[in-house]
Amino acid sequence: MTAPTFDAARPTSDSAVVLRMTDVHSYYGNIHALQGISFEVRAGEIVTLLGANGAGKTTTLKTIHGLIHARKGRIEFEGRDITSMPAHEHVGVGIGQSPEGRRIFSRMTVLENLQMGAYTRRDTSTLHEDYRRVFELFPRLEERRDQSGGTLSGGEQQMLAIGRALMTRPKLLLLDEPSMGLSPILVEQIFAIIQDINRQGTTILLVEQNALMALGVADRGYVLQTGRIVRSGEASALLQDEEVRKAYLGG
Amino acid sequence: MTSATAARRPFAAIPWRAPLVAAFALVIAYFVILVGVLADPSQHLTFVGAIPQAQAQFINAVTIGAIYALIALGYTMVYGIIELINFAHGEIFMCGSFVSWWLLTTLGFSGAISDPLLLIGVLILAFAVSMLVMGIVGVVIERLAYRRLRNAPRLAPLITAIGVSFILQNIVFVAISNSIVTTPQIIPNTVLTFGPVTVGLINLFTIVLAVGLMVALHLFISRTRLGRAMRSTAIDREAAQLMGVDINTTIALTFFIGSALAGAAGVVQGLYFGITVFNIGFQAGLKAFTAAVLGGIGNTTGAALGGFVIGFLEVISSVWGQGRWSEAVVFGMLVLVLVFRPTGILGQQLGDRA
Repeated sequence: MTAPTFDAARPTSDSAVVLRMTDVHSYYGNIHALQGISFEVRAGEIVTLLGANGAGKTTTLKTIHGLIHARKGRIEFEGRDITSMPAHEHVGVGIGQSPEGRRIFSRMTVLENLQMGAYTRRDTSTLHEDYRRVFELFPRLEERRDQSGGTLSGGEQQMLAIGRALMTRPKLLLLDEPSMGLSPILVEQIFAIIQDINRQGTTILLVEQNALMALGVADRGYVLQTGRIVRSGEASALLQDEEVRKAYLGG
Repeated sequence: MTSATAARRPFAAIPWRAPLVAAFALVIAYFVILVGVLADPSQHLTFVGAIPQAQAQFINAVTIGAIYALIALGYTMVYGIIELINFAHGEIFMCGSFVSWWLLTTLGFSGAISDPLLLIGVLILAFAVSMLVMGIVGVVIERLAYRRLRNAPRLAPLITAIGVSFILQNIVFVAISNSIVTTPQIIPNTVLTFGPVTVGLINLFTIVLAVGLMVALHLFISRTRLGRAMRSTAIDREAAQLMGVDINTTIALTFFIGSALAGAAGVVQGLYFGITVFNIGFQAGLKAFTAAVLGGIGNTTGAALGGFVIGFLEVISSVWGQGRWSEAVVFGMLVLVLVFRPTGILGQQLGDRA
């Protein structure tokens, strides 16, 4: 099975490729979860991965981050092969993630959670500025900075997870289901903030079940089905696509 | 609901009223000891005559408690970070006592050192060497025996831990001695008097040392970057990796610190009791484990608290039962805690794997 090449043309297609996945296979125990995934994310983009539960979206992010190692294929970040890099080194090259289910450190304070985001950073001069930036994006976090993470509401926890990922100063931000379990108003807010973060210069790979919202903010999208990419293209084109509409947008 | 509230701050779960409760508990414990001494039919003491004995027993309880607390910290830290009850930890304590025995006898000491400067120097050396050696042994054990089993069913590392404990016991049994070994008690048998209170120098030293180590540990865990790495790894290993935490190093660090504290307790064992033996780690380990469970396993403050509670339980039951019942009382306590409050005094909610 060779990977089809996807040439999702985009106006700024000449900009640098940040992340390139080439025919990546990975396994969850004995389950062949990713069956040859190839896609790329270019500098400055918001790219979204869509798909139903179990399609392999979270597995893709875990594989990129080295929490699951690809058995086959190649993952490149800014031209560097990171396929077998240990998970904890990814922050160092510029990959930050807000994982599925938020996974904030419940028994640590909001501030300590953010400090964990800055765990590997040595550039203390810009640190202060980044706390400021996170607190500007999410004023609620500043109000609750000494409260423990477990006491936050679902929306606040999501903000904390994103803020914590931003504290790693990522070039590429991986967001896994930021809308999960949130009220529609909060989802709107979170997505507006995601666009803000992107405008400030961070490339974003967004995994979502809420396809309509995701395609609304993304430049391009890929559709995953049982571990394979079955559709790709400009977000606006995917929004019009008959099959995508039927499968993920409720007609 | 109480356990959920406590769960928010496992490492700093001291409510404001804690000092009052502790002071009250200590006063009660003192009177229980005093009445026990008075009730001892073999002595026929008057009330005034019983006071010095009760005082000595009270201080003995705090001292023993400090030793248990130091060992219990290792149990609780390791459980907190990899959910393993490290049954080899008692043997680390035992080996620590032998390291200090070896060092002190090799240096030619056999009794009290009267020169204060020399005494301080030798003490620092004994603690540094024993803590360092046992810390390294702890790291090596984790690397060889537990790391590969990190994602195995929980029974596997548990059984491995019991195996490691037998190995350590047998190494000492074969290589050093199969019977009780006398250790040099280098701290002079001096009694210090503060007004109405008299304290042995060795007791004061032990208590100050243990409390100092516990405060240092608490500050390390709650205030430093590596301490945060340890806590985050304990809460969510995968999320910690996403933050750039090298969990192997962090887990090794946890074993190092826990084992070093047990090594320190081993030195104290030799200094305070003047003896050690290859199987001393078994019972001391079980009691310290009881202390960790009593305080709330995974919670460092709880382990320290549990250690002192066990120290008092042991002394009270030996005063009242002339020593015959102390083990039964301590392990009966373990049963009661496990049945009625499995999360311990300061317990956090245990994960679903517990």
